[in-house]
Amino acid sequence: MKILVALKQVPDTETKIKVGAEGRSLDPADVKWITSPYDEYALEEGLRLKESKGAEVTAVSVGPEKAKDVLRNALALGADAAVLLKSNETGDPLAVAKTLAIFAEGKGFDLLLFGNKGFGADNGAVGAMVAELLGLAQANLVTKLELEEGRFRAEREGDGGTEVVEGSLPAVITAQRGLNEPRYAGLKGIMAAKKKTIEELEGTAVAATLTVSALTLPPTRPEGRKLDGDAAAQASALLGLLRDEAKVL
Amino acid sequence: MILVFCELQNGKIRKASLEALSEARRLAGEARVGALFVGASCAGAEDAAKFGADLILKAEAPVLGAYSSDLFATVVADAVKARGASVLLGAATPMGKDLLPRVAAKLGAGYAAEVTGLSMHGNKLQALRPVYAAKAFATVDFSSEVQIASTRPNVFAVTECSKAGTAEALPAPTADFKAIVKEILAKSGGKQDLTEAEVIVSGGRGMKEGANFQLLEDLAEAIGGVVGASRAAVDAGWGIPHNMQVGQTGKVVSPTLYIACGISGAIQHVAGMSGSKVIVAINKDPEAPIFKLANYGIVGDLFEVVPELTKAAKALGITK
Repeated sequence: MKILVALKQVPDTETKIKVGAEGRSLDPADVKWITSPYDEYALEEGLRLKESKGAEVTAVSVGPEKAKDVLRNALALGADAAVLLKSNETGDPLAVAKTLAIFAEGKGFDLLLFGNKGFGADNGAVGAMVAELLGLAQANLVTKLELEEGRFRAEREGDGGTEVVEGSLPAVITAQRGLNEPRYAGLKGIMAAKKKTIEELEGTAVAATLTVSALTLPPTRPEGRKLDGDAAAQASALLGLLRDEAKVL
Repeated sequence: MILVFCELQNGKIRKASLEALSEARRLAGEARVGALFVGASCAGAEDAAKFGADLILKAEAPVLGAYSSDLFATVVADAVKARGASVLLGAATPMGKDLLPRVAAKLGAGYAAEVTGLSMHGNKLQALRPVYAAKAFATVDFSSEVQIASTRPNVFAVTECSKAGTAEALPAPTADFKAIVKEILAKSGGKQDLTEAEVIVSGGRGMKEGANFQLLEDLAEAIGGVVGASRAAVDAGWGIPHNMQVGQTGKVVSPTLYIACGISGAIQHVAGMSGSKVIVAINKDPEAPIFKLANYGIVGDLFEVVPELTKAAKALGITK
């Protein structure tokens, strides 16, 4: 079985967001870069399938030179190969999806694993787009995955409960928290990864369908009011304010 | 023409879909708006006329009774092409978020997810959308011929506007799909999804144990809300499921009223709820960062305050 895991390098989720001087993107100063958290579940699932069923796991990332850190980490965790598709961030999920689809086409991947969204851009779109571009089945927000005989059965967070999606392989699966518990890289893995090569390819240039023209911070909320008295007095004052002042009840 | 992918729930148009439809009507101006329904039965779709639909398109077939990403995407993309629509909107519901990116890839269309603002400049769409879990907002300009956006629930107003709502049936698709929803396990019992709830009562580490969430359930029931939780509560091993988590790695919500009980206000949580219209914080620590965000703060013991709130709400007969 051949598995492709797509990984995105993103700012650490605790990052305080500052807007860059051009007003269109994140100021990269002081930003710590990590693997997008949902992508870690995708990679872990790929590695577990490798261990249980035997598979060759290729990690791929679309991004700049520094995204190699994410790929190096994937190698340390147990990925067999790593490929960087060099490209600059455009904010267009379809452009990223096309770059990935062009790379994956014809390489015989049985399973393509993604995080359900990349932290930051928060589109939650690339997995589904790659599925469409390659004409594959998809299941998003997956918390449990079973494979057998060219088919998959996935449990996903759907409307009003857990949905069971069944489909044919090859397929795109996007991971949700709960799918598994990602491992940490051990010293041996880290040392071994240093000796492995990360293949670097120029990402195929594709026309953007949209661009980010401005990045702004949300307005700060004015400090509110604290309510006095004992619990009963506070409760009744609050309900009064919610009903008559804020008019939300 | 603007097309809106609409969802029906128990024979009624979902509120989040009505929000998208109302926004489409506003954006379209004199241009036409079509409401698009896909399912085994589209009974209830006629109501779209009251919210600005000139045209009601129904793709009705037994095979559409269960959701298939690829089959639904084909149906929706075909409708966009057949009608020459330049904009497709849909609510950012679980189905909308699954379907619309796939439709975008099919049509080579730009896609902006969970937008909170939209405007038309000539025939080009511009969207405002939260990024970095709503710690910033991006203005996005489309350059593609077809432009697709999902609208974040509870952000756009539902506005009545009567139009003709001429119904048309779309050709039945061939039952050819690659994946489909086979069954639904662990039904949430008709409980509203957090992202669409207008009132949310959330609990954090201060709840002390999972059983105490009953207090929040009682309050939520009294004021017509849904219960959520912080990551600390979900990670504490109290049996609180992840689908209740509000925050950066959980759900990003924008209710009219958010009541945070025993939640300190970590950046991870705030990212998920700072878009709420009115925030109430109940915490015994007066220095808790959540108070900086709250419109109304109660420094006190939630185990005393919450039951008092429930009692008072019942006495006043308040229900959203």
